[in-house]
Amino acid sequence: MTRRLVVLTAGLSQPSSTRLLADQIAGAVAAEVSGRGEAVDIQTYELREYAVDLATMMATAGMPTARLDQLRRAVSAADGLVVVTPVFAASYTGVFKMFFDALDTDALNGMPVIIAATAGTPRHSLVLDHALRPLLSHLRAVVMPTGVFAATEDFGGGAAGRDLAGRAGRAAAELAAHVVSTGGDAVAGFTPTSTGRDSGVDVPTEVTPFMKLLGGHSG
Amino acid sequence: MQFGVFTIGDVTEDPTTGRTPTEAERVQSMVAIAKKAEEVGLDVFATGEHHNPPFVAPANPPILLSNIAAQTTNLELSTATTLITTNDPVRLAEDYAYLQHMAGGRVDLMLGRGNTGPVYPWFGKDIRKGIPLAVENYHLLRRLWRETAIDWEGEFRTPLHGYTLAPAPLDDVPPFVWHGSIRSPEIAEQAAFYGDGFFHNHIFWNKEHTQAMVRLYRQRFEHYGHGAADQAIVGLGGQVFMADTEAEAKRIFRPYFDNAPVYGHGPSLESFTRDTPLTVGTPQQVIERTLGFADYVGDYQRQLFLVDHAGLPLDAVLEQIEILGKEVVPVLRREFEARRPEHVPSNPPSHASLVAEGPDSPHRKVISATAGLDQVTEEAAV
Repeated sequence: MTRRLVVLTAGLSQPSSTRLLADQIAGAVAAEVSGRGEAVDIQTYELREYAVDLATMMATAGMPTARLDQLRRAVSAADGLVVVTPVFAASYTGVFKMFFDALDTDALNGMPVIIAATAGTPRHSLVLDHALRPLLSHLRAVVMPTGVFAATEDFGGGAAGRDLAGRAGRAAAELAAHVVSTGGDAVAGFTPTSTGRDSGVDVPTEVTPFMKLLGGHSG
Repeated sequence: MQFGVFTIGDVTEDPTTGRTPTEAERVQSMVAIAKKAEEVGLDVFATGEHHNPPFVAPANPPILLSNIAAQTTNLELSTATTLITTNDPVRLAEDYAYLQHMAGGRVDLMLGRGNTGPVYPWFGKDIRKGIPLAVENYHLLRRLWRETAIDWEGEFRTPLHGYTLAPAPLDDVPPFVWHGSIRSPEIAEQAAFYGDGFFHNHIFWNKEHTQAMVRLYRQRFEHYGHGAADQAIVGLGGQVFMADTEAEAKRIFRPYFDNAPVYGHGPSLESFTRDTPLTVGTPQQVIERTLGFADYVGDYQRQLFLVDHAGLPLDAVLEQIEILGKEVVPVLRREFEARRPEHVPSNPPSHASLVAEGPDSPHRKVISATAGLDQVTEEAAV
């Protein structure tokens, strides 16, 4: 069964070191999932390309655009997620946060996620645990223990460069274990049948019957 | 088919003059708008309910609607919306039954939950309980309009024992009710269960979403045995600004659009007219766009237009209503009826049609659904 990996990268320049890191992690995840005997389909989205859609949604009290709806569906349908942001003013970028603000509260329930960030200096490395991890935890995602932080020097040679590849590989192995174990290992009827994940984009076709909503009230 | 206007009574600066109407002017403008609607042959005036500036839509719509009732003879008076969450259902039952008497039955109402967070705590309610409040309060409201000497206990209101509404609904026929919701399937389900109308605001959302919500309501309406899905009672919002040419309409309306509450300083006029039902152009363009609504929600019964917001001065608003009444709606009436199958009702139920259904009408029952009744009986027996 092919596993769907969605990669969200919030770099603003082109080429972007954030995108480089995203691709490196995605490649590592692909290798780890393949190594467990499963195929992987990687979809990478540049959040910069959704900046106007996100601003439109924010400026209209929540009216989504068709493009943004398509991305929201893809994210909730993924088996695993890699999210990468540059550090701006000691945190994730605005467009990165706007995307998560645009998600339904149930959009990431139980989603395995690798968090990653880039910055000009290693002194921002705690952004992963002070900003990204609480955000994803709030959204009830399952954040991998290993986050991947890359300062400019980590893209060079020597120990720093080798360590980055090691961190990406460790995070990828953690994510692959989650992604490959999704489904199949629970006894039917003993656990909730699904993740309860819902992009919130589509009107549900199944509704709670009104008698249940009405509870004990009668006519 | 019914056509009309709905208003939220926003007090907004006119961006072309920098002038903001006083609250007094804006309150009176809503009466003038309703009278104009009747004068030019529109069918419905619906007012919002508001509890906070910058809105002067009444906190209790029957106050405004009674005044309008006294100055009109044919106009159907409605709401958009009446808050079913934060109002006491006993007061809703009393005030709207009284309004029926004042207006000779020219009354229906649209229930909504309200999306202004602080209004809930101001009235001692919890916004997270919005759906359960809407469900319990409306069910009580139905009983208050249909039974006497009521004993009742629920979660959200102090219990009632031996309560009888006075005055009873006009001719013992409760007003027809619409349920309005942009995105909650539970509310479409509620409307379907009782065989009530479902209204989609439509104007702040893409049409695929409106289509899906209306489809859900229609399917469940049929499920509960009120008729075929295409016979369910549907209303839609719309938003228009018209002039002799499209370019002229856009030139006049653009500053209002660009500075409007809700969507101003956001998307361009062009993208918003593409993605939502907003139509800024000639009367003919409005006719074509509006007729297209039925292609995705099916043949429907009520179309309300928003024409008086974003600081548009009253004379411009009255002119828009004039164009609607004289040029647009006559064509829409003809064309919508031409495409409507015979078994699909043209109009929502009115007081007269509900009276004509007689005392055994499903409308006069607290639970009017036929599907799921076994379950009700079982639960009542427990």
